[in-house]
Amino acid sequence: MTTSEPALMLRNIHKTFGGLVAIQDFSLDLFPGSVVALVGDNGAGKSTLVKIISGVHRPTSGEIRLDGKTVKFTDASSARSLGIEVVYQDLALADEQPVYMNLFLGRELTKKPFGLLDKEGMRRASQALVDDLNVRIPSAASTIRDLSGGQRQGIAIARATHWARKLVLLDEPTAALGVAETARVEDLVRSLRKRDLAILIISHSLDQVFRLADRVCVLRRGEQVGIRETRHTDQNEIISMITGVR
Amino acid sequence: MFQLISNLRQLNLERSLIYFGFLGIFLFFAVVLHDDGFLTTRNLTNIVLQTAPITVMAIGLVFVLSAGEIDLSFGSTVAVSALTAAVAMQNSTMIVGVLVGLGAGIAIGAFNGVLVAYFRLPSFLVTLATMGLFAGIARSFTNLRSIPVINDSFTGFFGSGKLFMVPSLVIWTIVAVFIGHIIYRNTRFGAHVLAVGDNARAAQVSGIKVPRIKFAVLVLCGGMAGLAGLLYAGRLQAAKYTLGETDLMTVIAAVIVGGTALYGGKGTVIGALFGSLLMGMLNNGLILMGLAVSDQMIVRGIIILVAVSVSLRGSRY
Ligand SMILES: Nc1ncnc2c1ncn2[C@@H]1O[C@H](COP(=O)(O)OP(=O)(O)OP(=O)(O)O)[C@@H](O)[C@H]1O
Ligand SMILES: [Mg+2]
Repeated sequence: MTTSEPALMLRNIHKTFGGLVAIQDFSLDLFPGSVVALVGDNGAGKSTLVKIISGVHRPTSGEIRLDGKTVKFTDASSARSLGIEVVYQDLALADEQPVYMNLFLGRELTKKPFGLLDKEGMRRASQALVDDLNVRIPSAASTIRDLSGGQRQGIAIARATHWARKLVLLDEPTAALGVAETARVEDLVRSLRKRDLAILIISHSLDQVFRLADRVCVLRRGEQVGIRETRHTDQNEIISMITGVR
Repeated sequence: MFQLISNLRQLNLERSLIYFGFLGIFLFFAVVLHDDGFLTTRNLTNIVLQTAPITVMAIGLVFVLSAGEIDLSFGSTVAVSALTAAVAMQNSTMIVGVLVGLGAGIAIGAFNGVLVAYFRLPSFLVTLATMGLFAGIARSFTNLRSIPVINDSFTGFFGSGKLFMVPSLVIWTIVAVFIGHIIYRNTRFGAHVLAVGDNARAAQVSGIKVPRIKFAVLVLCGGMAGLAGLLYAGRLQAAKYTLGETDLMTVIAAVIVGGTALYGGKGTVIGALFGSLLMGMLNNGLILMGLAVSDQMIVRGIIILVAVSVSLRGSRY
């Protein structure tokens, strides 16, 4: 366990959609250079929590603190500008656009004097990035639609990796991947941890959770069941926490 | 590697379809109508001149479709813009007329834009309603009368004038296509339009203001329809409520045949130019062939149907 200050603190987060309680009384600290896994059955509220941290949803009540300071995100771009990056469950890629436009989506490079897009600059930077991360695609100019599921996942992760300064949220980043691709994503997560980023990863694979995470946080129907250090627990305990069956 | 090559081929074929189609129909008319004057400079120039307002509207529509929305009201906007400009110029200068005409187009676009972007109403329904609304306003505004435009500088600038021997309508076409293409392909705004039409949620979580983009494309389309109205008024030296009335199908066909996706995320301004020219050529050729108006409509409908289905084949829709 690190002794540093938490990068992100969540305090008593509640979220309701109309009458539906999606999250109730959720509190968690995320530390730099540490991985927390968020687990729970389908519909437990995991993605909702990610969207609250990334500013897509606003909590009904509760507090979010970044480096000790209370923040109120009004939309996704305000969280991004504070160094929070997300790999969404649906990847959030624009399928008809080339890889490099997706990596720079909303943060396109321009060049002087007319402020026109610097497509060549973005293409080159993207190529260097995917090469560096070992994401194997035909080229940075390929259209997303022509890539495989694993390659798309690689692009979404590469985008988060490139821009993250503080915190990376990954919502089931290996759900659609084969064995080799999964191993590569897990390596990427470890390299993010080495860069001293705080990481929250959602996964349905407990094997993966125990390979990657320092701590596990369990959600059941919006309720926070508990937090365990992976060193001091085992899969059976986590499974019974997820299902509520002792 | 093999897959990459086949992808490239497919892409090129899809993209260049419009140019082959254009060339094919051109050659067909050139041979069949050789003795009817299709190939004369005068006739070909005429096609370009008549197509200018269509091209201008098509550019606006490329942006709207690329953002995943549609505008059905631009034909009515054309009439409102031309009529208000003509009326304004009856006792005022050209500048006032231009500002009023363009302003009317932009205002109608903004009206559509607010309803679609901020009230979150479907653009199909909003612009279907405003199409009827503004067609009615255009009719009642002048009691169905035609308003002459006698301002010489206006008719020169937007109609029969020339600059260095080049007809002003040709210059308008080139300028509109050039600027439209640059904005579409080489600015952040263009990239955001494509992203919004491609995957609005991805655009939103990437910090793109989705409603603002939707508002902007509808305003742009209204403004382009306003400009088209001025071009009609300039060339015909008059404005009437019928202007633009039959352009809806022509412009949509031009844009789709040109290679713009019907549901967003993909498009081309240059393709829309050639789509418009193709439509103009078709019009011209069918008239030269001596077809009755009803037969022209039937043949044009069939050709558009074939062209649209061919250009949509292979894309995801
Ligand atoms: N925008 C929304 N509006 C209304 N209800 C929502 C919304 N988003 C999520 N919910 C509801 O909140 C609950 C939690 O959903 P969430 O997507 O967070 O689950 P999850 O834990 O990510 O599940 P999965 O493992 O299937 O991805 C579900 O009951 C879902 O229907
Ligand atoms: Mg989920």
